[in-house]
This record gives sequence, structure tokens and C-alpha cells, in this order.
Amino acid sequence: MDERTGGREDIEAPLDVRLTAPELTPGIEPAGPLGLAVPPKGYEFSPINARRWRNFRANRRGYWSLWIFLVLFVISLFAEFIANDKPIFIHVDGKNYFPVFMTYPDTDFGDVFGTPADYLDPHLQKYLADRHAFTIWPPIPFSYNTIVSRPPSPFPSKPTWLLSKKDCEFAARNGYGKCGTLQYNWLGTDDVGRDVLARLIYGFRISVLFGLILTVISSIIGVAAGAVQGYFGGWTDLLFQRFIEIWTSVPELYLLLIISSVLVPGFFVLLGILLLFSWTRLVGLVRAEFLRGRNFEYIMAARALGVSNAVIMFRHLLPNAMVATLTFLPFIMSSSVMTLTALDFLGFGLPPGSASLGELLAQGKANVQAPWLGLTGFLSLAIMLSLLIFVGEAVRDAFDPRKTFA
Amino acid sequence: MSADPLLSVRDLSVAFRHGTRETLAVDRVSFEIGKGETVALVGESGSGKSVTALSILKLLPYPTAHHPSGSILFKDRDLLPLSERDMQRVRGDDITIIFQEPLSSLNPVHTIEKQIGEVLLLHRGLAGAAARARTIEVLNQVGIPDPQSRLKSYPHQLSGGQRQRVMIAMALANEPDLLVADEPTTALDVTVQAQIITLLNDLQKRLGMSLLFITHDLGIVRKIAQRVCVMKQGRIVEQGGVDGIFTAPAHPYTRALLAAEPKPDPAPHQPGAPMLLEATDLKVWFPIRRGVLRKTVGHVRAVDGVNIALRKGETLGVVGESGSGKTTLGLALLRLISSEGPIVFMGNKLQGLRFKQMRPFRRDMQIVFQDPYGSLSPRLSVADIIKEGLRVHHPELPERDRDARVVQALGDVGLDPNTRFRFPHEFSGGQRQRIAVARAIVLEPTFVVLDEPTSALDMLIQSQMVELFCDLQRRHNLTYLFISHDLRVVAALATKLLVMRAGKVVESGDAAELFRSPKSDYTRALFAAAFNLDTVSTETIAP
Repeated sequence: MDERTGGREDIEAPLDVRLTAPELTPGIEPAGPLGLAVPPKGYEFSPINARRWRNFRANRRGYWSLWIFLVLFVISLFAEFIANDKPIFIHVDGKNYFPVFMTYPDTDFGDVFGTPADYLDPHLQKYLADRHAFTIWPPIPFSYNTIVSRPPSPFPSKPTWLLSKKDCEFAARNGYGKCGTLQYNWLGTDDVGRDVLARLIYGFRISVLFGLILTVISSIIGVAAGAVQGYFGGWTDLLFQRFIEIWTSVPELYLLLIISSVLVPGFFVLLGILLLFSWTRLVGLVRAEFLRGRNFEYIMAARALGVSNAVIMFRHLLPNAMVATLTFLPFIMSSSVMTLTALDFLGFGLPPGSASLGELLAQGKANVQAPWLGLTGFLSLAIMLSLLIFVGEAVRDAFDPRKTFA
Repeated sequence: MSADPLLSVRDLSVAFRHGTRETLAVDRVSFEIGKGETVALVGESGSGKSVTALSILKLLPYPTAHHPSGSILFKDRDLLPLSERDMQRVRGDDITIIFQEPLSSLNPVHTIEKQIGEVLLLHRGLAGAAARARTIEVLNQVGIPDPQSRLKSYPHQLSGGQRQRVMIAMALANEPDLLVADEPTTALDVTVQAQIITLLNDLQKRLGMSLLFITHDLGIVRKIAQRVCVMKQGRIVEQGGVDGIFTAPAHPYTRALLAAEPKPDPAPHQPGAPMLLEATDLKVWFPIRRGVLRKTVGHVRAVDGVNIALRKGETLGVVGESGSGKTTLGLALLRLISSEGPIVFMGNKLQGLRFKQMRPFRRDMQIVFQDPYGSLSPRLSVADIIKEGLRVHHPELPERDRDARVVQALGDVGLDPNTRFRFPHEFSGGQRQRIAVARAIVLEPTFVVLDEPTSALDMLIQSQMVELFCDLQRRHNLTYLFISHDLRVVAALATKLLVMRAGKVVESGDAAELFRSPKSDYTRALFAAAFNLDTVSTETIAP
């Protein structure tokens, strides 16, 4: 952008602008090859957004938190390739198998039942080994619901690297095998014998996805509701506001408990129930922005041009409300994650057996003798939520028109 | 100039940091103010005059702002190195300031007494009866009628002019040696403006204080100041005695400023032209509701029984003070707010049409607003802003043609079409107003409401805009409804004139005739204030 724009880029800081802005005269800019200005190609940061991005990056903590969070999230999206009880790839007898993607009957691997193959079954493993099959396993050979077949101790069992000599002897006495031959559980197992690390990866994914979907849908509903209220004002606004007041005074958690004991709780049922209440959060904010914005002269100008209400709301007013909305998003997301975790913790969340951080916490509470459960749950939640909050703070900085960094 | 000036600014520079960039707002400015002298700082917006004034009181947003060079000697003491604590002792006592916007510079939750009392308490330790006596004294000095009963008033209970008087009273409470007035009259009506100028002039002579007066209005300078500093782009390009500068300006910029009076070039009468817009007994009444049941107990009569008859190609000037219903009238004629009374536009009755039914007419009737900063969406490029109306009214037009018409419109208003992919904040106030005009004329309307289109602009730009309006009118045979409180601009454009007060028409008729011999007292007072900054008969015509 032109250097001469001077201090004008932060249009939301009227004080600064008034004091500093030299009367600028954008003359003839360097023209395109044919002497005509060309529209900017592709997506280019407008100066405001460029400044916001600079401010965001200037908050080092938030910037790195975003990267760490994104890396963790992308990794967890590929959970099936990282923690799974099915190999990624098998080459045996000249044939290629991709058990991660497809379910093969065990008749393909020398068994006779015709049921889906269990790749952890010693028979099947022996069959593959005899034929010198080429197998690629995920780094963690357990899925979130795989039960460890040869634990070193009764469940919940310790992380393998924590096993003492005594534990090893105990395992050997009970016929589970020597320590060196045990399946490796990085974070131990829970009280039904499932690998904690595998459950953590799947649980993280479902938490983040749940939070993300809930945030996006409730923001869309909230922004739409707030926009309508703020733009039309009057009776629409009055009635809607009273409705929201009544709605938000419903004791959310109790209602959730009741509903989730009637309906079979699943991912989408829970999403729906939580959505009933979470959409109200942005309404006030967006409503205020629209109330303010609808009196701007450029809104009046658009009306004078005959532009329809919907277009005015979408094209002219929404961008103003987006700043407040975006600033709020990370915080809404972290609280969405928290709500799901809380429900899971109480046992009213996702169906039994599914990987969830709340359930891990509940297990940690029930098995105080197995601190790796509680610690893992606590640390993973604490880190995830902290990352989200740090990102949120950086976003807030980025949109703060008065914030300047040297 | 006395040998020992009260304030001496030497080589003062002010720079602002923006991230890694630095903007120099004031560049090595030097001037002096003697005791009892009035010095005016003149320049267009952004020329650094306010920044200069604020740095005398060190009210800039430090450390974003800083001074690369210079010194400010006040009574031979340099103010720049003073600590914030020491500076607080100077502010409000030795040097005081009044700002442009009297509404936002008074705290709305405190009474007048409390706000003036605070200054007295801080610097003189006056409280209780002593403070009250002094408060009444200064309120008397600034001409607030019946100050005793006004003590318990809140700012919103006072008119704009009274608020500015209270601001002045606050500034005078401690008998400062120097009063800095930062465009104190810009936000006020012409008649009030004239009163405030007279008051300041009067007080300054009586109290013997020095005055640093910042303005962009040369008419005021002539009235109040002994010496002038003309600023441009952060530098003082010329300074000297008022008489010298007004009779023999040396710098070309000063000459341009002085020549910036809008040239009168009103559209001629078009007696044969078809009637474009007719409104009879137009009323906009806002109901006042009270009580639990919101019963309507009365009405605010914003526009009350106005008749308008405008022929194609003419310009109707609407003048009046703020609150007189000028803007409401314009909006009502465009049916942007609801009103009563028939409006006939090109033979079609508009009253009662729904939003969608109005749409075909919107192409022919457009509006340009006062504030060039507020009337353009900051998030759309200039091309998108201008195209908006084309999208609504010519949805069948291919993108190429639309773009061609945007280029044409930008050319019409004297902007480089190559700038159309930029965003509004990259343009100056005058350029933005041109964009707003381009948005209106791209639809090739026949009727344009110009709602104070020049009020937010500098003098130099104002006269350019007036020329533009004249030019466009001639080329496209436009009809204007020109709303303004600035009579000089109206005089330059209007065929007919409508003087409004409190929603009613005071006087209407042929503009040239009216300017020559106004019939009503109110009109006469308005003209006197506008053209000569005189306050003569204003008191006698109070409603």
C-alpha cells in the first residue's frame, strides 16, 4: 500500500487519525502495463487487515499458540493413521490390503469365520508372519476402543515406561509375558484396558471438532438473530430481547441432564441440545453493533439507492459486527469444549465407549491410585484450553484499534 | 509584539509513531504570542494546527507522539521537559483550552457547578461558598443568563452555544494567561458562532489574557486576531499581522485560501421547465410518548407544513440553524423517513408507496450527505461503492459496462478513475465527498438532495465542490435541493431559497431577491451573522 496513506489506515482510531492524518492526495498511481489500473488480483490484505495480522503476530504467545494448536489439531484429524488397531497397509500373497480404509473378512487372512478381521489376533499375526507379509502399522497399535490383551497388571495399568522390576515379575508370573515383549502403552491404560494415548488423540479430535462445529453454528444463528434485532429495532427487538432473557434464565445444565437422559446421547444430539442455549451468546454483541451501525450515513445512503434490507445487512453492516464476533470466537470455542467435557465427566455426554476427555477425567477421579489417568486428562485439557485462550487474546489484540506495537 | 513574549514556540516538531513508521505532523514551527495578544493559526484540516495547540499543553497521546525538536517557552520556562505532575499545575491554571465539540468536552454526568468547581478546587483550593461565588461570577462573565439557577443543570439541558459558554467559563475560572481555542465555533450555528466570537473578543480585552485561536475560517480570523500564522502540511508558510496578510499575502497558499470564497453562479430560473417536485403542507411529526401505556402526549414538529415547488434544472437552497428541520425535510422528500402530505415527483405521487414500489424512483432521486467520512462504507472499494446503485437498478448490465460507468462517473467528479480500487480511507475529505457525489450521479438522476455537502470540508475544498456542483448541474441538467447552514455556499448555488426555523418556513422566494432584501427579522439576523459575523439583532428575535 501507498506510504502516503500515513496514519489513516486505522480508521477505527478516530483520535489518532484526527491528530496525525496529513491531508493526503492519492495522485496517479503506477498504472498497469496498458496505462489502466488493474483490479487487485487474488486475495490481498487490505491495509487494515495487514495491520491486524501484524498485531496478531506481535503477540508472540498467541501466534505460537495458534501454530501449536493447528499442528495438534491437524495431527488429530489423522488419528486413524496414528493410533489404530488396524494396519495401514498389508502386502501378502501378492495382494495389497488397506485395512484402515476397508474392512476385510478374516477369510482373507486364513481364518474361517467370515467376520471382520482382528489384526491383533495372534492367529492372524502368525498367518501374516508365516507368509512374510509386508505390514505397516500405525505408531500406536491401538484404537480408542481396543482393549489391551496382555497388560502387565490388572487394569488400569501403568504406562509401560514406568514399570518397575516388580511389576515385570508380576506380569511374567501371570503369564502375560516378559516386560520386553509387552505391548507398549505410553500413557498406560484406563480401567477397562484401553490405551490412554489412543483415547487422548481421538478425544482431542472429537472435542475440538465438537467445539468448532458448535461455535460455527451458534455464531451463525447468533449473528443472524442479533442482526435482525439490531437492524429492525422496535418491536422486533423488544420481543426478541425478552424472549432471550427468558430463554437464558432456563437452568441450562439441568435441562441438559434431563434431555440427555431421555434422548440417546450422540454427537449430533448433544450438538443440538447445546446449540439450543449457546446461540444467545453473540446476540447482544451483534445487536449492539447493528443498532449503532444502522444509523451510519452510508447505510442511509444505501437505502437512498434502493438497496434491499438483506443486502444492507449483509454487505454493509455485517463486516462491522464481524470484528466483535471474531474477537469472541476463540473464547466461545473454549467454553464449548468445556461444556462437552463437563457433560462427559458427569456421564451425560457422548455414548459410553467413545473417546472423550471428560470421561478420562471421570476415570481419573474414580481411580486415584492410577494418577496417569487424571494427570493426562488434566494436562491435555489445560493445554488445549490455554492455547485457545492465548489465541483469543492475540485475536483481541489484533482487532484492537488502539493497540500499537513498537 | 512585545519584547518579552508570553509564549514562544521555537522549532517545534511533532511526530507520531505507527508501528515502524513515523509521520511528521508538525515540522519545525516557530511563533510567539505576546501578552494580551490574539494569534490565529489557520490552515486546512490535517495541516497540524490542532496538534501544535495540543502540544503546548502536552495533551498529545504520548509516547505515540513525540517531539524530535523544539522548545515551548512559557514565561521563559520550557514546557516540553516538564513532568506530567508539573504540567498538570500549568494546565487549567496558566494555560487553558476550549475544544471544538462542546457536547463531548463536558462530562454528561456532572452538573455545571461541579465541573467548574473542580477546576477551582484543583488549582486554587476553593470549595463550598467561595467556589460557588466564583462559579457564578464566571458564568456571568460568559453571558449565561441567570447563572444561579443554571448551576445544577447538566450539559444536555443546555443548548450548543450555552455549552460552549460553559466551556469558556471553565477555561476562564482560574484567570489563565493564555487561552487556547481549538476551533471553538466550528460546530455551532452561524448566529451562535457570531455571539461566541464577540464574547471571546470581549473577554480577552477585559481580562487581558492572550488567545491562541485555531480555525480554518478566515472570516473569523479577520474579526478576532491581531496576527495570523498560516499552516500547511505541518509548516507555517506565512505569518504576520492580520492586515498585512489579508491585503498582501505573500505565499501562494495564503493567496489561494483568500481566494477560496465560493463564486456565485446560481442556476437560472426555469419558468418553462416541467415541475419536478412538489410537496404541499409536508409534515414530519415525531410523537412524544409518556407513561406506562406510552400514550402520545404531543409531537416534536420537525417539519411543519412546508410547501415546495421545484422545476427541473433549478436549485432550491434550504437554510436554517441546526435543529430547524432542514435535513429532515430532505429525508422526507426522498421518503427515507415517513411524513404526511402529498409529494409529487415527476407527476407521480410518492406518498404511501412501499419500499419496493419506491425503488424505481430511487434511480432519479439521490442524496449526498454531510459527512464524507461517515457516508462511505469503509470496507468497500470505491468502485464497489459506486457500483452499488447500478447493481440495484441495472442488474442486467454486464460487469464491463458497469465498470465503464464507474470510470465515467469518477471522471465527472474530477477524480482519477485509476484510484477506483482503493478504499475510502485512502482519500481526503474532499475526495471522499467527490466519491459520494459520483455514487449519486452514476445512476443519472434528475434530482439530487445535497445535505450540507460542504460543511465538513475546508474552505479551499468547499469552493472547489461548489464549482463541481455547478458544473454537474449544467452538464446533466440536474435539479438540486441544497441544504446548508453556510449561507455563503447557498448564495453561490441557489435559484430559490427557503429559510427554516423550528420546522416552519420563515421565508421563501427568489434567492437573489431574498439575499438583497430579507423580509423577516430572523433572516436578517442570520444573514448578518453569516456574512459579517455580526450579532446585532439576534437577541431581539428570540422566539
